[in-house]
Amino acid sequence: MATVDLNEVKKVYPGGVEAVKGVSIAIPDKALCVLVGPSGCGKSTLLRMIAGLETISAGTVAFDGKVVNTIGPTERDIAMVFQNYALYPHMKVYDNMAYGLRNRGTPRDEIDRRVRSTAEMLELSGLLDRRPRELSGGQRQRVAMGRAVVRDPKVFLFDEPLSNLDAKLRGQMRVEIKNLQRSLGVTSVYVTHDQLEAMTLADVLVVMNGGLVEQSGAALDIYERPASTFVASFIGAPPMNLLPLVGGQAGPALGDGTTVGLAPAGAATIGFRPEDADIEFGTDLPSDALVLPASVEAVEPVGAESFLHCQAGGGRIVVRVAGRTRVSVGDRLRVVCVAAKLHWFDQAGRRVG
Amino acid sequence: MIGQSPLRIFIAHAMLLLGIVVVAFPIYYTFVASTQTLQTILKPPLPMLPGDQFWNNYGEALFGGVGRMGGVSVGRLLLNTTIMALGIAVGKIFISILSAYAIVFFRFPMRMVFFWLIFITLMLPVEVRILPTYKVMVELGLIDTYAGLIIPLIASATATLLFRQFFMTIPGELLEAARVDGAGPWRFFFDILLPLSRTNIAALFVILFIYGWTQYLWPLLVTNSNDMNTIVIALRKMVSFADADTQWHLVMVTAMLAIVPPILVVVVMQRWFVRGLVESEK
Repeated sequence: MATVDLNEVKKVYPGGVEAVKGVSIAIPDKALCVLVGPSGCGKSTLLRMIAGLETISAGTVAFDGKVVNTIGPTERDIAMVFQNYALYPHMKVYDNMAYGLRNRGTPRDEIDRRVRSTAEMLELSGLLDRRPRELSGGQRQRVAMGRAVVRDPKVFLFDEPLSNLDAKLRGQMRVEIKNLQRSLGVTSVYVTHDQLEAMTLADVLVVMNGGLVEQSGAALDIYERPASTFVASFIGAPPMNLLPLVGGQAGPALGDGTTVGLAPAGAATIGFRPEDADIEFGTDLPSDALVLPASVEAVEPVGAESFLHCQAGGGRIVVRVAGRTRVSVGDRLRVVCVAAKLHWFDQAGRRVG
Repeated sequence: MIGQSPLRIFIAHAMLLLGIVVVAFPIYYTFVASTQTLQTILKPPLPMLPGDQFWNNYGEALFGGVGRMGGVSVGRLLLNTTIMALGIAVGKIFISILSAYAIVFFRFPMRMVFFWLIFITLMLPVEVRILPTYKVMVELGLIDTYAGLIIPLIASATATLLFRQFFMTIPGELLEAARVDGAGPWRFFFDILLPLSRTNIAALFVILFIYGWTQYLWPLLVTNSNDMNTIVIALRKMVSFADADTQWHLVMVTAMLAIVPPILVVVVMQRWFVRGLVESEK
């Protein structure tokens, strides 16, 4: 049980490469914080600094208000789940889970009790005598989790733990991790590049880019009010449609010449989510909306919904429509999005309004 | 080898059999000679089948050493050689695994300099440094001691390199997991690295034991007393220039006995590391 506070944490590698350029995050007790971003954004480096596996170049990492910069991973009382599980290949599942406890000098019967109850919780009881190579990917993942849980640490750290599993298993394990974390109430930091995983797991979502925090907050808040074009295009699948605005004689206009009367001052990009847009064939248009003439280039039916890839406003956009659609490739139609669902970004990509 | 024609199978087997004959026949012939009387050996042709002197010859070689070889029994020679070969094999593994551990897992100043220094010694054969080494041994008073036989041969750049290559295949995550689990450098070495290196150690042990067993030049220099001879040296000393003076039947017995321990090591250790190879798969 601990709060984790990062204050202007930086990582500069020898040679001058700056991987993390000053990150401050406050993670409340028992919360699950997800760091998400493209590869190379510094999220794994940040996690490893929290773990104590990487030195901190500047700034502080504090657990429960106590700065832990200079102490090693063992004394920080953290447990980590690695991307490739990092199970000890020559040890049985039981020993893999017991190893950390043994190194801490926990009494033998206490170790046995904890390993067995953890194994029970993770449905590993029947596998305790196996070696890692005799387990499936999902089982190995569970053992890696078990090794962290059995230690009963202050903080859990997850480094892309699900990226080696197939899609179905990933969805299943995602739910399990969330439930486990909630029931144990251990503060956790979870690194992933998968925005779906990030959205569904996070109590606190932190979107990182280029060694900096782009935006942090509750997942749905970020989804609804992305602070920048980067966040807008990273969170959500398919991503938000972004169309550049150019200044014309009659006010701001899109690439194809459509004027956009709704644009606030300073707006350089207009954005709207595929699900916030709709298609309209008739002439009865709402007055307070963005209306774009569009031609359909591709139709992707996925059952419950269909995605229409259209050419509109001088770029390509995606529109989500519910269920089956009568629209086919080559159709000309109008895409409509109400003003309340429009997002505006300035020249630097920052949110306006 | 599915769908091979019978002719090709026949040729393949013929080649294999030929290979076995070429390799095994001299050993068999040595064994035959070791069971004959000296008179039979000196009067060609040597029979192709073992004679009836097996117990006599082997008994005399093992236990009747007085007066022959300066009063040293084959047993003593085998003991000397075993101690030397074991010392070299164990010592080489011990030193090289530790130096490889330091080079791969620790960041210290001049790490690469040390690595290259070790690497460069590969290019210096024993023969080049044999005179200075001999002088050092004389001055340390290590002539005619086991230490003198073992220590100069104990450093191994090759084994260090092999362990280094193996250690570099160990994922960094494993090291980090161990650190998070509270394992310091020694714990990591003994609990994780050593068990994972089992197969490499077994394979190296076999190679290095045989290397030590067949050493000739260095033991020849560093031992004066017959008591400290290795079996390879003793074998050479048993063969005198005059053919008739040489106890050929005993030479053959000694040769046979000299082969046995390396074979035992190979047989015993092979089972070990084949099992290790199968286990560490995947």
